Amino acid sequence: MSGVGVAVEVRDLVRAFGDFRAVDGVSLKVERGEVFGFLGPNGAGKSTTIKMLCGLLLPTEGSGRVGGYDIRNESEEIKKTIGYMSQKFSLYDDLTVEENIRFFSGIYGVPKAKRRQRMDWALKMAGLLESRSAVTRTLPGGYKQRLALGCAILHEPPILFLDEPTSGVDPLSRRSFWDLIHHMSMAGTTVFVTTHYMDEADYCDRLALIYRGRIIAEGTPRELRQEHMDRTVLEIETDRFVEALEALNSKGVEAALFGRLLHATVDSEEKAVPEIGSILSEAGIEIKRMEKIMPSLEDVFVTLIEEA
Amino acid sequence: MSGAVAIRTSGLSKVFGGTVAVRDLDMEIARGELFGLVGPDGAGKTTVMRLLAAIMTPTSGEAWVAGLSITKEGERIKEKIGYMSQRFGLYEDLTVIENLRFYADLYEVPEKERSARTERLLGFSNLTPFKSRLAGQLSGGMKQKLGLACALIHTPEILFLDEPTNGVDPVSRRDFWKILYDLLKEGVTIFISTAYLDEAERCTQIGFMHKGALLMKDEPLRIKKSFGLPVIEIWTDDARQAGELVRNMAGVKGASIYGDRLHVTFSSMESVDAVVARLGASGVRVRDHRGIVPSLEDVFITMAEA
Repeated sequence: MSGVGVAVEVRDLVRAFGDFRAVDGVSLKVERGEVFGFLGPNGAGKSTTIKMLCGLLLPTEGSGRVGGYDIRNESEEIKKTIGYMSQKFSLYDDLTVEENIRFFSGIYGVPKAKRRQRMDWALKMAGLLESRSAVTRTLPGGYKQRLALGCAILHEPPILFLDEPTSGVDPLSRRSFWDLIHHMSMAGTTVFVTTHYMDEADYCDRLALIYRGRIIAEGTPRELRQEHMDRTVLEIETDRFVEALEALNSKGVEAALFGRLLHATVDSEEKAVPEIGSILSEAGIEIKRMEKIMPSLEDVFVTLIEEA
Repeated sequence: MSGAVAIRTSGLSKVFGGTVAVRDLDMEIARGELFGLVGPDGAGKTTVMRLLAAIMTPTSGEAWVAGLSITKEGERIKEKIGYMSQRFGLYEDLTVIENLRFYADLYEVPEKERSARTERLLGFSNLTPFKSRLAGQLSGGMKQKLGLACALIHTPEILFLDEPTNGVDPVSRRDFWKILYDLLKEGVTIFISTAYLDEAERCTQIGFMHKGALLMKDEPLRIKKSFGLPVIEIWTDDARQAGELVRNMAGVKGASIYGDRLHVTFSSMESVDAVVARLGASGVRVRDHRGIVPSLEDVFITMAEA
């Protein structure tokens, strides 16, 4: 985090559609230069919140500022302050790479004198210097994603909203995409990102989990792991995983397969380890290894949602 | 071919125009495995799956699925397997139950078994309350489960799933994996492709495909343990800055950020101390460092970049 100050701050935000409150009292604060992960299942209120933050949708209740501008009556200023990239990448598939960049330069009002320089910057950033005349449709997913990102930040916005930016993008491209995001954050850009992939949530400075329109947890990845898992996960390696699972489940131990391993969720490690040991040895199954593991963020979130 | 083998390929290749999509694939998958084919976009994953499902014919080579030849017995293979494409293969203007009935017709499920099977699949996928809803109005997670139920209507021995969890949220993904493990317990062999390595970790066997070739096939734990290069987890007060610095240092093959930790892959153990010392000298406070079992992502990124 290199900036000082608040990039996004909203209080008690509500958006109702008829009787349905898609967003029901959301308060958020994002510091400048922070990578903020906004997570939640489909239909939880993620997109509705983002639309209100970007000045695309008026809140029913509540107030807030984005980049210092009021989300109720300064939406035009907000649109100039932010970059927005959605999972659909919003590129024109039948235009070439260069034509897309030129088009978005126009939309975002990049000054004429700067266009050449921003074009070169975007081409280089996306790794498309050699393919500037290629029709966008023909690009591999990872390149399209980087081009879309480049187009979303041609006007050098201090705040960037990314809505599931890595959906359907392969691991290599995702890795370099996140490197780029971290680079920008180090240079002071605030990044507000949604994702379904919990391994990516670990790349964020801070996270909020939204469910049924309300924030149900907030904190750094480390805090969320420590505070919200009061139960222990034991990883068990055996010689026969399917039989081991059946033996444990039949004795009431909460266990699930994880590849060839078992993950057992228990209240007390001290009590469970000998208990599991005797259940499996009675079934004639060898335990090669049993140890406590850090819960993944996915474990944490699924638990939080099930308890909510 | 023995009954213990679900899938075997021998020199399997597919060429499109001048592009080799699948190159000389030799692979064997035992019955009862949950096999994950992992690789970047364009690696050839979907092509392999279509060849094995007998939807496409190979340019050369052969494969046997459930003991049947893909080049000579393709029609019989279709009776033995279920296949779900990336788009789930649903008719959006039909209801949930109509989709199931349609697939039951397609696979010629005997009339007297139909209602029992559709009821069971609806229950199994938690879709019973939604059976009269149009498929087009289901959420992503529900579409995925309906796609799976349709692929299972003829109780296949082997199930092929092509990137089934794209765009599906974590809670639905968790449900979906529970269903896959239930099928595994019933003895169904599952062949799944994915671009997500946290998902690959849940498979009992994985194969890594890159540019049409299978680079490696083994159990996830063994792949991680047999990775030849040292991976060190470094805990600093600024993981991002540390990552930037480390990447350009001699002896470092790659670095990635996991929260406030950095995973650094080294070309040999000798460089570790020097790199840690140089990090400290550049003003990054190193709190701790230790050798770790690499993540699958560490392994695959190093392999794909090699």
